[in-house]
Amino acid sequence: MVHTLTPAAELGVDIDDVARLLTADGERIADSALDPWIADVDAAQLQALYRDMVVLRRIDAEGVALQRQGQLGLWAPCTGQEATQIGTARGLRADDFTFPSYREIGVVYARGARPSDFVLSWRGEAHSTLDPETMHSAVPQIIIGAQTLHAVGYGMGIQRDGGDQVAATYFGDGASSQGDVNEAMVFAASFGAPVVFVCTNNQYAISEPVRVQAAAPIAGRAPGYGIPSMRVDGNDVLACLAAMRWAVAHARSGAGPAFIEAVTYRMGPHTTSDDPTRYRDAAELELWRTRDPLTRVEAYLRSRGEFSDEFAASVQAAADDMAAQVRAACLGAVTKPAMSVFDNVYAEPHTGIAEQIADFTAYLDGFAEAEGEVAR
Amino acid sequence: MTQLTMAKALNEGLRRAMQDDDRVLLMGEDIGKLGGVFRITDGLQSEFGAARVVDTPLAESGIVGTAVGLAYRGFRPVVEIQFDGFVYPAFDQIVSQVAKLHYRTGGKVRMPITIRIPWAGGVGAAEHHSESPEAYFVHTSGLRVVAVSNPQDAFTVLRQAIASDDPVVFFEPKRLYHTKGEVDLDAPLADAAPMGLARVVREGRDVTILTYGAQVQTAMDAATAAEDEGTSIEVIDLRSLSPVDYRTVTASVRKTGRVVVTHEAAREAGVGAELIASVTERCFNYLESAPVRVTGHDIPYPPAKLEKYHLPDLDRILDAVDRVMDRPNSLSGPAEDLSPEAAGRGAAVDGSVA
Repeated sequence: MVHTLTPAAELGVDIDDVARLLTADGERIADSALDPWIADVDAAQLQALYRDMVVLRRIDAEGVALQRQGQLGLWAPCTGQEATQIGTARGLRADDFTFPSYREIGVVYARGARPSDFVLSWRGEAHSTLDPETMHSAVPQIIIGAQTLHAVGYGMGIQRDGGDQVAATYFGDGASSQGDVNEAMVFAASFGAPVVFVCTNNQYAISEPVRVQAAAPIAGRAPGYGIPSMRVDGNDVLACLAAMRWAVAHARSGAGPAFIEAVTYRMGPHTTSDDPTRYRDAAELELWRTRDPLTRVEAYLRSRGEFSDEFAASVQAAADDMAAQVRAACLGAVTKPAMSVFDNVYAEPHTGIAEQIADFTAYLDGFAEAEGEVAR
Repeated sequence: MTQLTMAKALNEGLRRAMQDDDRVLLMGEDIGKLGGVFRITDGLQSEFGAARVVDTPLAESGIVGTAVGLAYRGFRPVVEIQFDGFVYPAFDQIVSQVAKLHYRTGGKVRMPITIRIPWAGGVGAAEHHSESPEAYFVHTSGLRVVAVSNPQDAFTVLRQAIASDDPVVFFEPKRLYHTKGEVDLDAPLADAAPMGLARVVREGRDVTILTYGAQVQTAMDAATAAEDEGTSIEVIDLRSLSPVDYRTVTASVRKTGRVVVTHEAAREAGVGAELIASVTERCFNYLESAPVRVTGHDIPYPPAKLEKYHLPDLDRILDAVDRVMDRPNSLSGPAEDLSPEAAGRGAAVDGSVA
C-alpha cells in the first residue's frame, strides 16, 4: 500500500495530503485503505485511546512542571503528538518490541512503563530505568536515528528464531536525514525483516523546519527502498492505529518492513531548554491548535453520545492519579551512592575498572574518616 | 598440535565458536560465498547456512547497528569490518551504542558483540587499507580491545572474545595472516590463559619491550640482534590493550628498569603514551632511564612504496634500546671525544691559542 503522494505538497503545514479518518472537527470520514483496519474499534476502544492520550498529556505537563520547579534537569515534551504515539503503540502486541527515541513518552507508557521511568533519567538519577525484557522495549535512544538499525537487527533475530513478532522503531523528520535510518531501510528491505518504521514528522528538528530535511514527503522515500509506506494524519488516533495495524500485519505476515510517516506537530519546545519563539510564529502554532488530537476524539465521541460527564471525570481522575505518581516518584528519588558510577561498565570483571574502584574508594574513605561518616 | 596459518586459525576459531553456541552468527561484507576478502570465513556459510553467516549490505554502521539489535534479541554477533580504515562509519554505533548499552541499561542488556578488524600495514595495500585505529577504541570505556600476534592466540583469543559477555574489538594483523604456527585445536578453552593477560614471549634483564600484534615479531627480531651485542631484552606481547595486564608489565619493568614501547599506530595520544604514563606512575622509582616510544609517525598512512619509512622496524627499535641504555644513538649527537688531539682541534677552530 502506498498512499498517493503529491511531490509538490507542502511538507508539513498543509496536511491535506494524508490518510485520515477523523477530521479536526471530529467528523468521521471514510478512507478505503484505512477503514478495514479499524472495523472492530467500538466506542469503548476509542474511549481507551482517548484516556491514554489524556494521561499522556498530563504526564507531559507534569514533566514540564517538574523541570520548571528544578526537579528535572530537562524534559522533551510530546504534547501535540499524542495520537501518533498512542495510536501506533496500541497497534502492537505485548510481545512485539519497540525501539523509541527520547520523545516517545507515549510509546513507553503504552509498553507499561512505571511512573518513575518517565522522570528518573531526566532527573539525572540513571541513564534509563526501563526494563527491556519485561516491557519488550529498548531504552529510549538519544543519538538521532541510531535505534532504527537496532530494530532491524532485532527483526533479523525474530526471523532466525522463527518468531511472529515485529520490531517497531520510532524516529523523527530530522532523523530521516541520518545515514543510520537509510541504512536501516536498506538492511530491512534486503533481508525482509519484520520491522515497522514510524517516522514522526512533527515539523521541526529543534529549530529546523522539515523542508530542510526533505524536499518531498518523507513517506515517499520508503518505496524507493522497496518498502511500502503510508502518510497519515498524525493527529488522528484512529488513522494512526489503522496505519499501524496495516504496517504490523504486513511485517508480521513475512512480507518485510513497512513505513509510516505520521504528520503531526510538536506543540511545545524541543526541550525545556529551547525557545521556539525564535524560529516559529504564533499563527502556525494556533493553526495546529485547531488540529488537536484530543479534542477531535472528544467531539466525535460526544456526537455519538459516548462522552458522558462520568467518563470525562474518570479520565481526568486517571490523569491526575498518574501525575501524582510521577511527581511522587520524582520527589522521592534517592540518588545512588558515589561508587555506583562504576557499576555495569562491563558485564565481566575488568582489571582496569577494579583498580579505579580501589583508588576512588581509598580517596573517598579519606573524607569518611575526617567527617566521621561513610561518604560512599 | 597442528601447523596453521593465522587466517586458518581464525577460520577454525570461528567454526568452533559457532559449533559451541548456536546464538553465534557472523555478519559482514563478502563473508559468505567469497569467504571474506581474506578468506577468514571461508566455507562457513556452506557449513552453517546463510542465516548464520550473513552477507550484509555495504554499510558499516548498518552492520554494527543491526548487530546491536541482534544482541538485544539474545544473539552473539561476530562482525567483520572488511578493512581497518572502513571502521569509521561504524564509529558512532560502536562508541555510543555497543560500548554503552550495558552501562546505560543498568546491566539489563548485554552486548556480547565481537568486532573483527583486519588491521595495520606492511602489506603494500591501497590507501585506507593499512590503518591502526586501536587507540580510539582503547579510549572508549565499555569495550575490550585485543590484538593477536600468532596463530594460537588467533584461534584461542577469538573464541574467548566471542564467549565474552562484553563487546570486544578484535584486531587481526593482516601481514601475519599467512604466517604459520603451531596451534593446539583440542585444548579446552577453559584451560587457556584469560583473554586479558599479557605474555612474556622472551625473558631478558636489561630492557622491556612492550608491544602487540605484528610488532611482536619485529621486537623479537630486535631482541635477537641486541643479544649479539650483549643486551638482554624482555619482550612482552600485551595481547589485551584494554584492559592492559599491568601486573605482568610492572613485574618486568621493575626487573629491567628500562622500557621501549613499539606499535605501528601514530604516536600522539596512542597506546604507547598510555602505557608509558601508566608504567611511570607505577614504576617511577625503578626506572633507570626515560621510556621511549617507537611508533608510526604522526602522519596519515603513507603510500605503499613509502610505508617502510613509517613502520617501526628492527633498526629503529634497536636505536630506541640504545637510548634507554644511555648509549650513543640517533638523537645523542656525535660521541664526545675527550682526547688531547680533539682538544687541540677545538682550539684551532675557535682561534684561541692553546
